[in-house]
Formats: sequence, structure tokens, C-alpha cells
Amino acid sequence: MHSLARRLLAAAALLSLPATLSAHRMWLLPSGTVFSGTDSWVTVDAAVSNDLFFFDHQPGRLENMKVWQPDGTAGQLQNGATGRYRSVFDVRLDKPGTWKIGSQNAAVMGSFKVGGVEKRIGRRGPPLPGAPAPLTVADIPANATDVKLTEVAGRNEIFVTAGAPTTTVFATTGKGLEFAPVTHPDELVAGQAARFRFLVDGRPAAGLKISVIPGGKRYRDAEGGMELTTGADGVVAVTWPTAGMYWLNANLTDAKTTTPRATERRLSYTTTLEVLTP
Amino acid sequence: MRPSSFLLVAGVVAAPATAGTISVTIPRLPVAEYHKPYMAIWLEPAGGGAARTLAVWYDVRKGGNEPGTKWLSDLRAWWRKGGRSLALPANGVSGATRAPGRYILTLPTDLKPGAYVLNVEAARETGGRELVTVPVTVPNGAAQATGKTELGAVTLSAR
Repeated sequence: MHSLARRLLAAAALLSLPATLSAHRMWLLPSGTVFSGTDSWVTVDAAVSNDLFFFDHQPGRLENMKVWQPDGTAGQLQNGATGRYRSVFDVRLDKPGTWKIGSQNAAVMGSFKVGGVEKRIGRRGPPLPGAPAPLTVADIPANATDVKLTEVAGRNEIFVTAGAPTTTVFATTGKGLEFAPVTHPDELVAGQAARFRFLVDGRPAAGLKISVIPGGKRYRDAEGGMELTTGADGVVAVTWPTAGMYWLNANLTDAKTTTPRATERRLSYTTTLEVLTP
Repeated sequence: MRPSSFLLVAGVVAAPATAGTISVTIPRLPVAEYHKPYMAIWLEPAGGGAARTLAVWYDVRKGGNEPGTKWLSDLRAWWRKGGRSLALPANGVSGATRAPGRYILTLPTDLKPGAYVLNVEAARETGGRELVTVPVTVPNGAAQATGKTELGAVTLSAR
């Protein structure tokens, strides 16, 4: 490979790091969030792009996509397909209550040097056909120097409800950055404040910066995003200016690592919320 | 009558020698994630007609899977008014994106006298988009407008 091409790839790859504060928003877009009866299907688009919610950059990956039924047990993802710019899949909402659909990622990224040559750990960006498997922490030789490791963990989840909303799927694990809604995410109404709590390792995430960005970017001039911060109790209040789909994203960097030699931990949480008219 | 029209013609002929200038300001924005805006600057005859692109600033050198040209259509007004049929890169027109600051362009010397609308459009990744229009008269016109979000002062001195 030409060195220029390699550099371009590296640059592109850096931009697609799963939990950077930088561009390239990952999003899930459900066809709806409020359904009646137990005979409905929700169809979901998954993509990575900056303009919400337009597919123009990379498809979302379905390998790690999971479904949680209202009782918390695993559900089934159907009709998954990945195109050039988006992935799509369906979930049959055959049980009443609130479903969770989404993916979690956890990886260790970084670099080390052997004999002055830098090697990278972890894959940046989407998998390329024919590319060798990325190096892992286990591949760091004893004589490596300049070891720099960062733990990256993120969640990207959506919530859809058939019939009356339930809360079983909001059960938290106490690990990483989690969403513990006070206002049910499928009961959001324009003009009314919603309250969401965020937890880091099970404790309130105080002072966490939250971005809330409305969809429909192409049809207006301003990005129209809201930058909010959680209080001491980890709760953020969001007042929705209008009905529509909103992308919510929170990022946090700290040093509470569990991997030996990792110095930094980057956590992210992403969800897409539907706000209905009053 | 005859002498005055002669004078007028003389004035027109003389105009190109002292070329007018356009000043465009890209404001510094206090945002977490900033990307330099894509920008297009063009003139349209006030009575309608073909737009003349004076400058388009984009990620000229970005190639590969998603070249810099991919996002040119985000300059929506410029794209519709003629950007889409312009072969890029174009000599003396395309250039790299600019950092916040004030930039000076010269009006083309072969611009015919008349009424024009100067258009300046900016579109920023993860940011907003803005179009500032300034009616101008060439020659001798001076005009100014100011953007609200993505653009600062746009000044034209068409001497």
C-alpha cells in the first residue's frame, strides 16, 4: 500500500474511533417508539453520519446489535441487512411493554513501540475486507516501549414500547456509563421537561456534558443542538422545543481503568428519542 | 447628450483598472467540535441570469472513498445556482477551506457594469449553514451585509 493511502486510512480510521468526542455520530433510528397491540414490528436504521438522520457516510454494524424483551430476556433481531450507507433490521414487538434495542462496545485501543517502530492496538473504523486482524493487548511484547492504552466503552440504545410502558429494561449493571431515565423515554412530549439520570459505574454522573440534537438537519440552517450538563444527582432536564426525533449523546473520559497499563477510559452513551406533540 | 454618454463609456472602460474588492469574514465560533466551513462566493445578475462563481472553498485535497467534493452540495443555494455544473477544481476559483478571519477577493476585471447580487454561502460540518446576499452595482457600488451565525461582515467596494 502506498504510504499516502496508508496515512489517509489512518486518518479516516482515527475519525471513526467509537467513543471519540469528534465527528461521526452513530445512530439508530426506529420507525416509531409507541405502538399499540402486540402485532407490531419496529424497523430500525443504523448508520454513522454527521447530519441527523441522513445516511451519507457509513452503515451501522449489526454484529453486536441485541434486543431485550420487556421482561429483560434476549429478543430476536430479524431481516438484518447492511447497505452502502445504512444497516436496517426489524424487531417483532410481540410482547407488551418497553423493549430495548442496541449495542455495546468495549475495546482497548492504543499503541506501543518495538525497536522504534510504532504498532497500533485495536481496529479503527469499519473492518476492511482482507485486512489483517488488529493487534490486541495480548500482542504487546515484553520489550515494548511507549505503551499507551485507552479503554473505550460505549452503549447505543433505543427504547420502543408496545402498549403500556414498563421499566424492566432500564435495569443497570453498575458498569460504565449508563442511562437511568426518570421520565420514561417513550413518554416524551414537546414543551415538557424530561429528566434522565446518568450513572458512571452505578453512581450518579455529576457534571456530565450531554448533547441533544434534533433530526432533519438538511431542512434547516442551524444545527439546533442543545448542550446540557447533569447536576450533582446525575440528572439532566431536557425541554423539547418541538416534536421529532432527537439524538442524545454523552461522553466521559476518566482514569478509572481496569486493563493493566491503560491510562485512560473513554465512555459514551448514545440514544435516539422520539418526542411527540402535546 | 453626446458628450455625457461618451463620458459614461469612458468611466466604464476605466472601471476595470481599479478593481473592486470583496471582503468576507469567517467568525470564530465557540463550539466543542469545529470544522472550517465550506464556502462559495458568487455573483448573480440582479435581473436573473447565469451565476458567476468567484470562489469555492472546500476540502480540495481530500480524496479516496469520500472526496472533499462529496459535501459541496451542502452549499445548497450555490449548488442549485450553478455549482453543480462547474468542473472542479477550477483555476482561480477553488481553494482550500479557510480558518476564521477576514479574506479579501478582487472582483473580476471583465465584469460588465450593471446590478448584481453578491452571494456568500457557508456550510459547516456538525454546524450550521448561512447565505448572505448583498445587492451591488458595478461599477462604483459599495455595499455591506452581516451574517448572523456562520458568516461575519461581507463588504463590497466596487470602485
